[in-house]
Amino acid sequence: MAIRQCAIYGKGGIGKSTTTQNLVAALAEAQQKVMIVGCDPKADSTRLILHAKAQNTIMQLAADAGSVEDLELSDVLKSGYGGIRCVESGGPEPGVGCAGRGVITAINFLEEEGAYEEDLDFVFYDVLGDVVCGGFAMPIRENKAQEIYIVVSGEMMAMYAANNIAKGIVKYANSGKVRLAGLICNSRNTDREADLIEALAERLGTQMIHFVPRHNVVQRAEIRRMTVIEYDPACQQADEYRALAKKIVENRKLVIPKPLSMDELEELLLEFGILEEEDTSIIGCTAAQEAIQAVA
Amino acid sequence: MLNKEEAQRLIEEVLAAYPPDAAADRAKHLTVVEEATGEGSCGITANRKSQPGVMTIRGCAYAGSKGVVWGPVKDMIHISHGPVGCGQYSRAGRRNYYVGHTGVNAFGTMNFTSDFQEKDVVFGGDKKLAKLLDEANALFPLNKGISIQSECPVGLIGDDIEAVAKQKGAEMGKPVVPVRCEGFRGVSQSLGHHIANDTIRDFILDRQESTANEAGPYDVAILGDYNIGGDAWASRILLEEMGLRVVAQWSGDGTLAEMERTPQVRLNLLHCYRSMNYISRHMEAKYGIPWMEYNFFGPTRIADSLRRIAARFDSRIQEGAEAVIARHQPMVDAITHHFRPRLEGKRVMLYVGGLRPRHVIGAYEDLGMQVVGTGYEFGHNDDYERTNEDLSNTTLIYDDASGYELEKFVERVRPDLVGSGIKEKYVFQKMGIPFRQMHSWDYSGPYHGYDGYAIFARDMDMTINNPCWKMMTPPWR
Repeated sequence: MAIRQCAIYGKGGIGKSTTTQNLVAALAEAQQKVMIVGCDPKADSTRLILHAKAQNTIMQLAADAGSVEDLELSDVLKSGYGGIRCVESGGPEPGVGCAGRGVITAINFLEEEGAYEEDLDFVFYDVLGDVVCGGFAMPIRENKAQEIYIVVSGEMMAMYAANNIAKGIVKYANSGKVRLAGLICNSRNTDREADLIEALAERLGTQMIHFVPRHNVVQRAEIRRMTVIEYDPACQQADEYRALAKKIVENRKLVIPKPLSMDELEELLLEFGILEEEDTSIIGCTAAQEAIQAVA
Repeated sequence: MLNKEEAQRLIEEVLAAYPPDAAADRAKHLTVVEEATGEGSCGITANRKSQPGVMTIRGCAYAGSKGVVWGPVKDMIHISHGPVGCGQYSRAGRRNYYVGHTGVNAFGTMNFTSDFQEKDVVFGGDKKLAKLLDEANALFPLNKGISIQSECPVGLIGDDIEAVAKQKGAEMGKPVVPVRCEGFRGVSQSLGHHIANDTIRDFILDRQESTANEAGPYDVAILGDYNIGGDAWASRILLEEMGLRVVAQWSGDGTLAEMERTPQVRLNLLHCYRSMNYISRHMEAKYGIPWMEYNFFGPTRIADSLRRIAARFDSRIQEGAEAVIARHQPMVDAITHHFRPRLEGKRVMLYVGGLRPRHVIGAYEDLGMQVVGTGYEFGHNDDYERTNEDLSNTTLIYDDASGYELEKFVERVRPDLVGSGIKEKYVFQKMGIPFRQMHSWDYSGPYHGYDGYAIFARDMDMTINNPCWKMMTPPWR
């Protein structure tokens, strides 16, 4: 069977890396062969699988060796829990260089070195929160990830971000085979969260593939640089990730999303009470003007 | 020769090949001028973005800064900061002659590059730049300063070359000049000239250490002469013969010290207006130094320029100018007498860069030739304004002409000579039309000054009257 390549996007800090690693651990537990490609200069996409602080990245190793051509696949590919293959693209410190180019270089290297030709079932790309330039869209270009999962929560900014990512997917969907495969709700315990994300998914033309409840065991496992699947396989949260993994294995609902306009999105947020009705009379009104109005 | 109506029809015919939007745009860049009016910009729109899909002949901002303005400053090291190609493929190609020991106290024909690799793009190139500056300074201790010429990736990834330059400049006690001339900026090499001028202003002229020299009453600077094939040398001897003291050449065979002392001169003499009008205007505004344009191509323009320059000084200089003109007159007459009969009535089309589309017209006319078409790769409206007065025949004017347009114009006008660049040369030679490279003087020169006139006349003759043209059959026969 062909390799299924999936990319995980979502607002920064939403829990992409944690969700991805727990999900991948659940897949591995179910005998799937998986590779994670971290596409974030912070290089924290594989630490729970490798029990490592941060993996040596392709770009760092290339810089040390001289150039990327001096590297072997075995230098950059590490095996962790359940035989999960791990690789991090890496990149510069904040404020210098070009992280996007690092992602492009790293993924080209993996392709040229045949990292995808092996006997894999899944590749997961864990991508930096904001798709700020072409480099971070690399995983969803031609012949790479065709399934996109967006991690989202019931918070307003997370939903804005999800909608923006959907817009990006439309661009690449029209020129290639990339499709939106679903929203993963990583719960923040906001009001009516599941309903809201279901509604958002429906408007985008996709599905909420799973609702992952919030649970402290995730943090406890993370402190130990482990996934929940490995740390406490018997706990309820581990079953949630297993459920997510099963749904992804069985998922066939791949769509070109229909992103919402700003008005539509705000309407949805109003409907669920996330956004208050706007008082347009105060826009552009200074404190001094307000004082005069108050007297009058 | 085409009359005005025929030339106009030719333009329309050429434009017909374009889609409507492109044709509408290109129409603004092509025109016919019947006679010199001395005013207006020939009705041309200039300095605009080239149309996508056409084969433009233009260069980039890096070419304008490193290749034109900064590169010839011989006692400074000019680093091509970025991948290796920009520096290597532009190395020593412009024929800016200089005196000095290359690799010891002069560096004009060398290529210094940071040779960006993938990792430098990803992790940033500032550390490598700092190391390169240290190494270059250690290996070539007689350098007087270093300029950093940015290639495209430096701007794309946002490297802070200003901070590196500031730190290293302080450590070395020399000017280290960061130049933001990334190739993607602007529409042509023209913006690179401007950026380079601005960095000379900010990092050389405004430098605290610049010491005042004792200024003489006849001190002048030559600006906008890049000493291609020795042009500036053939020019400065005339100025010196008439009694002026040339204290600086910008930037052909020029030095840092010459640039630093220019704010004390009496008059700035500007040959290439396009590439150095900015710094001329700055010196006028800040130091009160007047500037004037001149033209040292062909005896008519040379004599006129010498007199106009002399008029800015006292009678001693004015007499000196007359003496220079008189002394060279027999040589000029001999050249004209020998070559004019061989070249009389020959028609020329030009397509060049900064000043030559107008400045060389006089030299051709001195040889009895006519310029029937001319245009600028990267001129602005003020260049076309300055061109108007030099036109005396029905002349096609083309701004940022595409390969297609030039080919069509030449095919129809059938001039006896085309003067343009290396990219155009073989196209027209294969059409059976004699061609001279008018950027590099076709590895000849100088063409400036009286000495240059002799070489210019010889070169035009040997090109046009070369027996090879009779031996080939052009495509239309």
